[in-house]
Amino acid sequence: MNMLKPERIGLDDFADQPVNICGKTFLAHKFGALYWPAERALIVSDLHLEKGSAFAARGQMLPPYDTRETLRKLAALIDRYQPETVISLGDSLHDSDGAARMDQADIESLHMLQEDRDWIWITGNHDPKIDRTLAGYVVQEIIVGGIALRHEPRSGAATHEIAGHFHPAARLVFHGTSLRRPCFVGNRLRLIMPAFGAYTGGLNILDLAFEPLFGTDGLDVWMLGHEGLYPVAARLLRDD
Amino acid sequence: MPRKTTDKPARKARPPARRPKSKPRSAALVAPAAKKKSPRAEAAPDPTLLPSDISAWFARRGWTPRPHQLALLQAARERRSTLLIAPTGAGKTLAGFLPSLISIHSGGRKKAGAGLYTLYISPLKALAADVERNLNTPIEEMGLQVRTETRTGDTSVSRRQRQRVKPPHILLTTPEQVALLLSHPDAPYLFADLDTIILDELHALAASKRGDLLALDIARLRKLAPNVMTIGLSATVARPSELRGYLVAQSEPETMTNLADLVTVKGGAKPVIEILEAEKDIPWTGHTARYAMHEVYDAIRAHKLSLIFVNTRMQAEYAFQELWRINDDNLPIGLHHGSLDAAQRKKVEAAMAEGRLRAVVATSTLDLGIDWGDVDLVIHLGAPKGASRLLQRIGRANHRLDEPSQAILVPGNRFEVLECRAAQQAAEAGDQDAQLSRSGALDVLAQHVLGMACEAPFDPDVLFDEVRCALPYAGLTRKQFDRTVDFVSTGGYALRSYERFAKLRPTDDGKLRVTNPAIAQQYRLNIGTIVDAPHLKVRLLAHRGVKRLPSMDGRVLGEVEEYFAEQLTPGDTFVFAGQVLRFEGIRDTEVFVTRANAEDPMVPSYDGGKFPLSTHLARRVRDMLADPSVWSALPNPVANWLELQTEFSVMPAPDEVLVETFPRGNRHFLVAYPFEGRLAHQTLGMLLTRRLDRIGAQPIGFVANDYALAVWTHRDISDLVANSRLSLAELFDEDMLGDDLDAWLAESALMKRTFRLAAVIAGLIERRHPGKVKSGRQVTISTDLIYDVLRRHDPDHLLLEAAWADAATGLLDIKRLGTFLARIKNRIRHQILDHVSPLAVPVLLEIGIELVYGQDRDAVLRAAADELIREATGDAEQ
Repeated sequence: MNMLKPERIGLDDFADQPVNICGKTFLAHKFGALYWPAERALIVSDLHLEKGSAFAARGQMLPPYDTRETLRKLAALIDRYQPETVISLGDSLHDSDGAARMDQADIESLHMLQEDRDWIWITGNHDPKIDRTLAGYVVQEIIVGGIALRHEPRSGAATHEIAGHFHPAARLVFHGTSLRRPCFVGNRLRLIMPAFGAYTGGLNILDLAFEPLFGTDGLDVWMLGHEGLYPVAARLLRDD
Repeated sequence: MPRKTTDKPARKARPPARRPKSKPRSAALVAPAAKKKSPRAEAAPDPTLLPSDISAWFARRGWTPRPHQLALLQAARERRSTLLIAPTGAGKTLAGFLPSLISIHSGGRKKAGAGLYTLYISPLKALAADVERNLNTPIEEMGLQVRTETRTGDTSVSRRQRQRVKPPHILLTTPEQVALLLSHPDAPYLFADLDTIILDELHALAASKRGDLLALDIARLRKLAPNVMTIGLSATVARPSELRGYLVAQSEPETMTNLADLVTVKGGAKPVIEILEAEKDIPWTGHTARYAMHEVYDAIRAHKLSLIFVNTRMQAEYAFQELWRINDDNLPIGLHHGSLDAAQRKKVEAAMAEGRLRAVVATSTLDLGIDWGDVDLVIHLGAPKGASRLLQRIGRANHRLDEPSQAILVPGNRFEVLECRAAQQAAEAGDQDAQLSRSGALDVLAQHVLGMACEAPFDPDVLFDEVRCALPYAGLTRKQFDRTVDFVSTGGYALRSYERFAKLRPTDDGKLRVTNPAIAQQYRLNIGTIVDAPHLKVRLLAHRGVKRLPSMDGRVLGEVEEYFAEQLTPGDTFVFAGQVLRFEGIRDTEVFVTRANAEDPMVPSYDGGKFPLSTHLARRVRDMLADPSVWSALPNPVANWLELQTEFSVMPAPDEVLVETFPRGNRHFLVAYPFEGRLAHQTLGMLLTRRLDRIGAQPIGFVANDYALAVWTHRDISDLVANSRLSLAELFDEDMLGDDLDAWLAESALMKRTFRLAAVIAGLIERRHPGKVKSGRQVTISTDLIYDVLRRHDPDHLLLEAAWADAATGLLDIKRLGTFLARIKNRIRHQILDHVSPLAVPVLLEIGIELVYGQDRDAVLRAAADELIREATGDAEQ
């Protein structure tokens, strides 16, 4: 039966979900961010700031508010978890001129978020260089608590890694409804994060590109909903 | 039993004797002219109007020109634009062309430009081609030196380029092609000699976004050729003045509407419309008319060629299946709808034209224009939903003015009996549905503004005045216009960050020009206002399994909507293109299917034109319900049903709305009967459930049909009302169209769909083909994301305004809902009942058939998550 307000059976708080990788516990949040309580670190990936203006420069005038919207969600998460460190896993800017196109007000909001905490930009293929105006540390990858944080996952069945780059999304067909959402995808030894940026699309995790990363031992998938994050059995997922 | 395919009839029929072609429309063009011996003496050709060689041609064929043909010649001589309203078969098209033919033939004009004299614009490219073919017959027979050509999306690139330099005298084309021609810098030269614009099937075109674009293009054509005159050809409409205003320039948009002349040809013989009474009982719900299929089959057998109209593609597929199931005589019966592959449709059309078919099941694809054969019966399965649509469809039968068309209406359920009766009465009275007068869409204006900039730099002051000459934009304010220009140039955002990327830049003399030529190229690729929902091709495979299959294998059957395909799981069976298919999977832009053996396919409803009940028919139905004296004329089961209703509940007066509340199972129901059509009811249902939720009635879901909506709740609504905890007057108060609507719209999938259309038309999002989806995660951007961001950060943006205006009359029908709420203020008739009333039965039966609303998408995710947890805890499904 379809319900307006169905009873929530089994799970109490849907906004985030505990996720284990290599024995460490993380909280995966419905906005597509990962909080690491032991390290007090907030991890996001693929912000693609200034994607809108990158399109505008080519003549397609998308609303210039994607940076603003992405920072707004980031601010809400920082407010929720009060992290000591924020780590952005690459492709933080849509292109290398992105920082120069950023509105002054957005740069100021970013700086406010950076106050009193460490901010680490990991470089990605879209942003091999991060302009100094964005402050923070810029690194290619870092290892925290034995887990490598980098933009592009290593090829093959690597472990001890959290990465982004692929913009994973899943399509669920269930109870006669089909919906496609960004998702976290992992196998307890590595995790690929969804893209966090307001205008970012997704690649279906059943795409061949994901096959070498996780082998065939099964996947854990958490789909992002409006109200929460939902673990979904891989067998319910469909190709696009 | 023969295998059922769309081309089946073509295969089993005699070998084609003639080249496939449509029935010559020349017959329709000229045949209706009255015979010489006709008593209409006043129709004798006026020698000053008709040159001798042309009146000689009339004489040779034994005809005299009809009065309306002469009236148009007279008007043309005085250079007066004219609307000709005439029923099918009155020689409308020839009447439209005669002034041009005579004028071109008599020659002697000075050529100032390329020499294009007459532009004929039709909503269908097939119609343009058909009219051209059949216009050439009289041109040849009259021996006129007149060149005609068509120009559509199918015309070759080289031919189209040549047409811009060396056009024919008469060009037959579509609105999109006109917009395209006007966006080229050579447009002033091409149109300098333009004398006449003929707009065919204007009633089908004017009140739409296509009509908006065409109106703007005509305004531009008037600029390029100031003496141009327009001739509109239309079927009978409720408000001719709207079309008359459309045809002429509005010189004083604030104070008055200029009107074109009007020539009306009184309808020929009235159609003979019967309502089918089947042997079996009329069902409570559904639209398939399955119960009457044997009677329908008998009617087909008794006629030469029957056109069987239905309202949705699903119904077309279904009826086609059912008819073949009982087709003992192996009658050639075909299928025609918009999702079928064009080649398949053409086959059916050709077979019709050649008289090789006995019946064709069709959707609105056969509503307009072209005569594909000698139809002698129109059968309408399910209610026609509107009086004008019914008349249009009946007009497809029997293109002779003085013989009545034959039609049979087959109601799908009991309410549809009332609706069919209402439609029958409306046709008898000659009443049409009034179309909403519309103000031009801003997304269309944005497209036009860019098109004009592509032609040449424009002066905003001048373009503003020009645009307001077009009737749909007569009420446009300067502020709206400036915002639109700003949108075209920089996106028009409150945050002014795109000035440096502006598409339009000022020139030294204060005009605006496009920044670079690539903008014009891109514009021409994206022209037009028809935005299809993303479609996927359906490809029939010989063998099961699609993993890594070469995609060019197998035959394409047609296209289905992407969202329909998305809901299928491999192994599902459905009916499409007249056969039962098994869904195998989707690869890129294609749906792979195999033939299924299933006798009873699961038939999911895929979209394809569900029309809401028209306001006019709804009023007639309400009147009929309120007047027991007319019930006896209804079929017995229906009359009994209505009498039972008066016994167990009440029948509302025509100006009231009845609201019934009753328990059923462990739920409580509220059923309202607004008769305002499905779309308005869906919107109302969404808003009512929001309110009921706030009051604490704990709504669970609702369904809506064309006549009623039912909401069910956990709490007892009768009780809440009795204890004054809930006031129905407040529940149905108009103020629900304020904040509640706004809050709901933020999340509404319908609103997002509406927004997407506006975004594509306005050029914010480029039309994309599904093929790009996969490779393009960095390239394409979902309009849903844009909608969400825009609503939050720029809620007054032009595109949101445009989408809202569309929603008001489109998918959400807010305008109609508003009128309803105002109408029923203080006129709610509440009945507290112990159990379901007879009148409520049909809508309650829709639960389980129709989509149940009120279901949020997170609920699906939640259910999927719960299932995973049950699995993990060893409590998996049994």
